[in-house]
Amino acid sequence: MPDLKKLLPPIPDSLKLQPRRAGTKNPGNALDQAAESGIHAGAWLDERLQLSGAVRWALFRKVPRHDWTYSLGSSVMFAFLSQAVTGVFLAMAYDPSTTGAYESIRYTTNEAFLGAFLRGMHKWGSTVMVVLVFLHMAQTFFYGAYKYPRELNWVIGVVLLILTMTMSFTGYLLPFDQRSYWATIVGVNINGTGPIAGPYLSDFLRAGPEFGAMTLSRFYAIHMLLVPGAIGAMIGAHLWLVMRLGTTSPPWNKPRKKADA
Amino acid sequence: MNRKEKEEYLREYGQLKAEGEPFFPYSVAQDSIMAVVVMAIIIGMSLVLGAELGPKADPTSTTYVPRPEWYFFFLFELLRIIKPPQLVPLATIGVPTIAIILLMLLPFYDRGAERHPLRRPIATTAGILAIFAMGYLTYMGASAGSPNEIEMKAPSGLTGAALVQWEQGKTVVGQSGCLACHQIGENGNDGLGPKLTHIANKLPEQAIAQTLRNPTSPMPSFKGLEESNPAKFKAMVAFLGQLN
Ligand code: HEC
Ligand code: HEM
Repeated sequence: MPDLKKLLPPIPDSLKLQPRRAGTKNPGNALDQAAESGIHAGAWLDERLQLSGAVRWALFRKVPRHDWTYSLGSSVMFAFLSQAVTGVFLAMAYDPSTTGAYESIRYTTNEAFLGAFLRGMHKWGSTVMVVLVFLHMAQTFFYGAYKYPRELNWVIGVVLLILTMTMSFTGYLLPFDQRSYWATIVGVNINGTGPIAGPYLSDFLRAGPEFGAMTLSRFYAIHMLLVPGAIGAMIGAHLWLVMRLGTTSPPWNKPRKKADA
Repeated sequence: MNRKEKEEYLREYGQLKAEGEPFFPYSVAQDSIMAVVVMAIIIGMSLVLGAELGPKADPTSTTYVPRPEWYFFFLFELLRIIKPPQLVPLATIGVPTIAIILLMLLPFYDRGAERHPLRRPIATTAGILAIFAMGYLTYMGASAGSPNEIEMKAPSGLTGAALVQWEQGKTVVGQSGCLACHQIGENGNDGLGPKLTHIANKLPEQAIAQTLRNPTSPMPSFKGLEESNPAKFKAMVAFLGQLN
């Protein structure tokens, strides 16, 4: 314990931390009592949640030596969290109807407090997230991290990649300006040229054979509920496996001590 | 990996893990620094680049070149490279689907025990080639500009009202995003759709109008324009009908 006393401002005696003498009933001063009740509350919760073991395991488990590229995965996660938070605030002013969508985005951009900044964060956050996902994938590819026993984590990762691209495709329509409208029409039509499932997929996206009012609501629901929920669940599974299996060490790292055969 | 290699790997990994450092605070500190960097980049981009909002979506006017978000350019570009109509489904869905399936199954066909990139020459080369291919396609997509103008001289025979209509039609076609998929004269992309430079030799005006109302996908329909602004639609058809 470093000597914190030198850092303390002059405080009244009654608030100073005092070692309690063993065996005394003395409840101690105000700070002691606060600390005590905090410990009690923590113990009360843990008795009922049974979490401290898992948390201790998650925090203090050993991680092999690694380099900075191993932070790409958690960077993607932070980009996703940023998207989730800015997205919630954007949704507060958004109207998912063909008549109101553009106007509500115009309001957010031009009038709402920090609205343009918020939209900018969400828009560029999507670019950052897509780039980071590809970098993370490249890292796990070149480091051979997809090999035994982490095969399923790679498969989940590919699902996350598809979901991330779906997010950016469906989000692009929502401002409902000329660019997003026409790009999306062409995008949906391109889906439609696919064999077998193609026409069904584009009918599903359009909510019918024609691009109409329902299309926007559908994109909105996919962008706001369906895919983010799926991404959240998939990230959970991904991280669970990462914790259980442990992260790799770069392939050029060898144990310092020879493993006893 | 056979059984022996798996056991060997697990033993070596156990050793590496035992020699490692606890997740908290070491990895947490590193990840937090990266999180701050990511947030700084996002905030910086938002402040510098902002978020523009174009004109309102209008199904009846198409004065915009359909252009996806830049990280979809490589898909769009794939469509431009694979031209013959019978191959279009292959380009649009086929290649991406195959690529995704190959990607997803990677751990199940690349089962070697070796992890070092330099000792996995096939995987590493394939990875680098894939990166270059995507980079190249993205670059091509980005530099295939989106001009909204057609530089073309009116045919000498046209005069008066017909000439005015021809000029108007040229402007409308230029603004309507046709050039994103079609080449007309020197302008546009020899992309998804066929060249329209001599379309009148192939289709009479009536058939052109019919195509615009009822196109084959992925071309968008321009029926909305006809309903809201018949004059513009007619001018467009008249212009195309002169391209011989
Ligand atoms: C998203 C891309 C796209 C856009 C935008 C687009 N088209 Fe097309 N167009 C196509 C494709 C693809 C075909 C071929 C369809 C087929 O094979 O039946 C086509 C076919 C045509 C044809 C028939 C050509 C022939 O040889 O049969 C005409 C005429 C045409 N387009 C005109 C236009 C005009 C005019 C515009 C703008 C108002 C336009 N297109 C916008 C993709 C597009
Ligand atoms: C939303 C997208 C994603 C998030 C939030 C995410 C998050 C993470 C995190 C936090 C880790 C642990 C730290 C690390 O090694 O980087 C990790 C590991 C891993 N991820 Fe992802 N990931 C995502 C997408 C992907 C994709 C697209 C792939 C590949 C197709 C992938 C494959 C892997 C693999 C194989 C590991 C194990 C790496 C190792 O043990 O060294 N992930 N991911």
